[in-house]
Amino acid sequence: MMSDTLPDDELEPIEILTLPLDAWHRAKGGRMVEFAGYHMPVQYDGIMAEHLWTREHAGLFDVSHMGQLTFTGEGVVPALEALMPADIAGLTLNRARYSLLLDDAGGILDDLMLTRQADEQVYMVVNGATKYDDIGHMIERLPEEVTLNLMEDHALLAVQGPKAVDALARLIPGVENMVFMQAGAFDWNGHPLWISRSGYTGEDGFEMSVSGDAAEALADALVAQPEVKPIGLGARDSLRLEAGLPLYGHDLDPTTTPVMADLGFALFKRRRETADFPGAARILAEREAGAETKRVGLLVDGRQPVREGATVVDAAGTAIGRVTSGGFAPSVGAPIAMAYVPAALAAPGTVVQLSQRGKVHQATVTAMPFVPHRYFRGVK
Amino acid sequence: MSRYFTEDHEWIDVDGDIGTVGISDYAQGQLGDIVFVEVPDDGRQIAKGDEAAVVESVKAASDVYAPVSGIVLEGNPALVDDPSLVNSDPEGEGWFFKITLSDTAELDELMDETAYAAFVAKL
Repeated sequence: MMSDTLPDDELEPIEILTLPLDAWHRAKGGRMVEFAGYHMPVQYDGIMAEHLWTREHAGLFDVSHMGQLTFTGEGVVPALEALMPADIAGLTLNRARYSLLLDDAGGILDDLMLTRQADEQVYMVVNGATKYDDIGHMIERLPEEVTLNLMEDHALLAVQGPKAVDALARLIPGVENMVFMQAGAFDWNGHPLWISRSGYTGEDGFEMSVSGDAAEALADALVAQPEVKPIGLGARDSLRLEAGLPLYGHDLDPTTTPVMADLGFALFKRRRETADFPGAARILAEREAGAETKRVGLLVDGRQPVREGATVVDAAGTAIGRVTSGGFAPSVGAPIAMAYVPAALAAPGTVVQLSQRGKVHQATVTAMPFVPHRYFRGVK
Repeated sequence: MSRYFTEDHEWIDVDGDIGTVGISDYAQGQLGDIVFVEVPDDGRQIAKGDEAAVVESVKAASDVYAPVSGIVLEGNPALVDDPSLVNSDPEGEGWFFKITLSDTAELDELMDETAYAAFVAKL
């Protein structure tokens, strides 16, 4: 019997928080789980059906757990640039960019999307599980003139899939004129919305920031469109995995750098030249010489999924890498994974061995995405 | 023929000393879309409670435990090509393996259909 445990009354359970659409998800038959400290729907009809529906039609995702931040004030652009390798000064208004919050050693603290809403105003979306750490990190480093506002009263909804534009344009005319990574302010029934043409599925689609009070009405209006069904976190994960998009806390963490993570596109030219972002010396050296390990995509032989936590092993069975995401890919019809492997094994076509629960699986390194992206980049 | 259930949601149909094992409808519903099943090899000797099979959904991998001790007669070959049979017919065509029971008295520790229904209702 344990004698050193705390009395029960000293153990305070961590409260799981609810989001504006909590009751809405339950009413729609969502199976709720704890995710990033919130009750969130993992599925409605089933992950496979929801995944395939999104690839074919359009899915509505509640991602209100994510942190929506607004930065304002004089000098906000150079202040944020000091924390990440993005070229925010060169960013056209109402254009979104993917970036990475870096520690001083070049390790990835979070991945994020930022949009320049005005000369001295930046909107940012960060991961739910890391948002409070991100805020702490940034507040410590931002000058007093810059104000950081966590938009806790706002929900974030995404509508994703090839029919997303048809459904959303019916409700909010004008969204169809935006291209991938463009954003803007819209009005829906008197509710101000901030909408960007972006997402986390590899499909065309939109992300909408809406006041928590109006979130339920907007969700109702969206699923009333014949193209749109609510989709849970389970399919969100399988869709992003097929799209080759990394998930923070799994495929990215402080031990990984942008070069290791194969996110070199986030290192903007001007910032590489000025070399003034955190960890620049190490990251730029890795960019020149290559990193020791690299994030790659894997097509796994057979049917059995190989998941996060499996190890990449050499012929002698020694661990030489790790699987950071993996599962059955509904649109591919086979198991796929992401892993960090030694640079020598990172070329597409390389066969690697994966060890999971005492069994060895064979997999082939493959270029990502596993399913082609279908972003809308304008009429050709 | 009688059907018994475990608290881990396996079922076993027993005919003489031959049992057919699968997972319950409740279990398949909780797991969601099944994408892979690994059944035990013929002739494998297993003890009650041993990990006898693996079932993987889109979300996660789960072990299937032997409800009784015995020797595996055969795994269900249909699950190799169509693991979704576990979703569509969990307590029929989606069976996992057949086993020759070494001690039928072990069945006394399992639940019958009525007791299992009551057990699931409380979850």
